[in-house]
Amino acid sequence: MTARVGVVTFPGSLDDGDAARAVRIAGAEPVRLWHGDPALHGVDAVVLPGGFSYGDYLRCGAIARFAPVMESIVDAARGGMPVLGICNGFQILCEAHLLPGALTRNQHLHFRNRDQVLRIETVGTAWTNTFQPGQEVLIPVKNGEGCYVADPATLDRLEAEGRVVARYIGGNPNGSQRDIAAITNEAGNVVGIMPHPEHAVEELTGPSLDGLGFFTSVLKHLVGAPA
Amino acid sequence: MPRVVVDVMLKPEILDPQGQAVANALPRLGVSDVASVRIGRRIEIEFTGEPDLDRAREIADKLLANPVIEDFTVRVVEADETAGARS
Repeated sequence: MTARVGVVTFPGSLDDGDAARAVRIAGAEPVRLWHGDPALHGVDAVVLPGGFSYGDYLRCGAIARFAPVMESIVDAARGGMPVLGICNGFQILCEAHLLPGALTRNQHLHFRNRDQVLRIETVGTAWTNTFQPGQEVLIPVKNGEGCYVADPATLDRLEAEGRVVARYIGGNPNGSQRDIAAITNEAGNVVGIMPHPEHAVEELTGPSLDGLGFFTSVLKHLVGAPA
Repeated sequence: MPRVVVDVMLKPEILDPQGQAVANALPRLGVSDVASVRIGRRIEIEFTGEPDLDRAREIADKLLANPVIEDFTVRVVEADETAGARS
């Protein structure tokens, strides 16, 4: 049976279309989820896409966290369902306390968009299990508030527990502490990533096909996961 | 009507690039005696009944501030001290 991967649309989401397309190219069925509808429609995993949910008023992701669909996603994530938050989705996962730390204004205050090399640090997550440890990938980054911060104890714990999923290589685009581009929760089912793997899934539109690995990983994870 | 004012500031250990950018612009105004600038957010809340500090604290903790990176204070002010009354 084809895996069903939900992609949430909030008011202000931008990359929900690309995320759904990436899911389809990876071989799963994308299911569009709506912020105001708490039903998850039988999905096996969820992607929170990039954009500016609710205008990013107050703080990025702060209001989206209280969307009806998020209550269901937080419950499902705590129960083990794979959730990938990309850019604004990463911010939402931090605001929802599914991931530690927070994302703040880029240190240089400039919006940064470029193709970025990342090193995959952890392949033991639902979203990175098809990569090789230490593999370098090329994925677009585009953010104004992508500077990952957490207190030193949290950063040390993330490092010690192998929960830093990806790091920026060849220049840190936003000042993130310890060059962190992506992290995971303790169980490895929830991943937040600032760059955009959904923009690197086709020759025509992306700098590489490296982003596809995140989406094929979740399919492999779902096949292996006990029903 | 009294309002509750919530002041939200980045924690001291969190870098404030906005404040730094403002501080760096001050010499262009001829101001050279400012050591640092930090930027926060002030929120005024008007309750339908009496101002409720505990409720305001809960609102601030859950929504207005992100306790991971920000501190907040709450206080009641009379209407004529609020920005809305001045404008």
